[in-house]
Amino acid sequence: MTTTASTRVIVTGRRDDTPFRHAGPRRREELISWAFLAPFLIAFALFLVWPILHGIYLSFTDQSLTGAGGGFVGFANYAEALGDPVMWQSLWNTVWFTVLSTVPLVLVALLMAALVDRGLPGQWLWRLSFFMPYLLASTVISQIWVWIFNPQIGAANNILKALGLEPIAWLQNPDTNMMAIVIATVWWTVGFNFLLYLAAMQNIPQQQYEAASLDGAGPWRQFWSITLPQLAPATVLILILQVLASLKLFDQAYQMLGGVASDTTRSIVQYIYEAGFVSYRFGYSAAISYVFFALIVIVGVVQAVATRRKKEL
Amino acid sequence: MSTATLSPTETVTVPDGRRTRRAHRPHLPGQRPFAPLRVTAFIVLIVLAVSWLLPFLWAVATAFKTETDAASGDPSWIGASGITSEAFTAILSQGNVYIWAWNSLITSVAITVITVAISAGAAYAFSRLDFRGRRWLFFVIVASIVVPPQVLIIPLFYEMLAFNMIDTHWGLILPQVVAPAMVFILKKFFDAVPIELEDAARVDGASRFRIFWSIVLPLSRPILASVAIFVFIGAWNNFLWPFLVINDTTLMTLPVGLQTVISAYGVQYAQVMAQAVLAALPLIIVFVIFQKQIVKGVATSGFGGQ
Repeated sequence: MTTTASTRVIVTGRRDDTPFRHAGPRRREELISWAFLAPFLIAFALFLVWPILHGIYLSFTDQSLTGAGGGFVGFANYAEALGDPVMWQSLWNTVWFTVLSTVPLVLVALLMAALVDRGLPGQWLWRLSFFMPYLLASTVISQIWVWIFNPQIGAANNILKALGLEPIAWLQNPDTNMMAIVIATVWWTVGFNFLLYLAAMQNIPQQQYEAASLDGAGPWRQFWSITLPQLAPATVLILILQVLASLKLFDQAYQMLGGVASDTTRSIVQYIYEAGFVSYRFGYSAAISYVFFALIVIVGVVQAVATRRKKEL
Repeated sequence: MSTATLSPTETVTVPDGRRTRRAHRPHLPGQRPFAPLRVTAFIVLIVLAVSWLLPFLWAVATAFKTETDAASGDPSWIGASGITSEAFTAILSQGNVYIWAWNSLITSVAITVITVAISAGAAYAFSRLDFRGRRWLFFVIVASIVVPPQVLIIPLFYEMLAFNMIDTHWGLILPQVVAPAMVFILKKFFDAVPIELEDAARVDGASRFRIFWSIVLPLSRPILASVAIFVFIGAWNNFLWPFLVINDTTLMTLPVGLQTVISAYGVQYAQVMAQAVLAALPLIIVFVIFQKQIVKGVATSGFGGQ
């Protein structure tokens, strides 16, 4: 063999005991590649590709959990979904939640990171307090916030009373329950965005600040002219990740209302769950899943186009 | 970028252009330690940190109250009857909590180990090896990052029925090990590992598997550790899939188990809060131990905002 792939220093005197040694060099590289890929690809095919395809098939049937039905119904499920007011309401709730939650989740994270990056003492404490809620399970944060939002004895209304305001039935009132879920979500997940921003800020070389400071730029000026422009890629990434994460709303909305479906907080994922595992209409549930998937793809395309346009400018 | 010009009165050492990974920024020349802006920043930071810690501390305080005090609506931190651990005793005597914690631990560890292992293998092939269809296969995997797992609950449930894996830990674990985003992140990292190291080893006759095992993986320990931590957090806290696939109380994970007993408890606030605190404790300990690693991991996992 004369290819570099199998060139060996003869001095070692070892027998060629590499795997696939009987195959030719090109072919051997192929085989080795597939050996590296196989475990992941098998899992990928079984638990991602196949479910996607099978789900598309199911969405054209009236399959139920018990195996009854299962006949082909064409586009009937999709027609029903697009004419279903509950479907549209859950889709709207999901989009509304995404709008309400993304703005504070980006801005508060930026504020936290900017403050921590200024080098005030107590680094580990700030990081711990902002990131810790992210470590809690949805069950746990739901418990804590149901307790805080309790209309009679909750801390939220105690604060309102102390400020001389009227108490609110946070989770029981359809006008405020989405807001309560947004507040809990911001508290719960802002720490992740905070860490992303902090990492991006710590990649900005110190000399840039030193040079600006010698030129007489104050902290505000430094933030506006040095920090913010260099955070643009991080901001784009955080926005994309956050929108995709917010659209998947289910756990906390479902649990903070004790599993009860409220028309103002039912997310699209919750409706997929209800159609499948409460009404046992698997076919219909699969169809709603693909309507939701279409929404995600549309959002992804819009974001891709928007970021490309930014780059061209 | 302007270069620093030194006035005769001050000497400034400008470090070389290496990225400085500082714990915090040192004072800049001309910056007074107690400038009004610095003090304001400090106050805002304290207010934010306190508001982020308070809800959890309030939960801890409630867990140490008697049920009567917890339900009284008294806003004080310590109940009228003083501090008591009876809520914890009540929960821990039920026995289920231990088994749920154990289930959470073994399934999360299994998901983490399998996910990291298979993703690292695939990422290495995409980064270093040449095979037919490499480009489009990588594109398909990256594109699949946007598929929300919640969309697949119905077909996955069917699949688990077919495999006889409903109400088994394998049924909980296997669908969670596919993480296309990890393949993407790890490939980016392997791309940055100097190829000369591998070439030298290959001249010495080391096989690809040997190189991967003894050179690439040890070099990637920091990134592997940090992605592993994030996979673990996700698996430990996952709710929807375990909630659907497990019905047997003795096989439940903590988040699902807690959810089932909350309705049974009615309004036993102290016990509910004690459960919440117990469930959170392991991860908080993990974070405190690996804090540097996690923060660094976020920075190196392609999120560094280059």
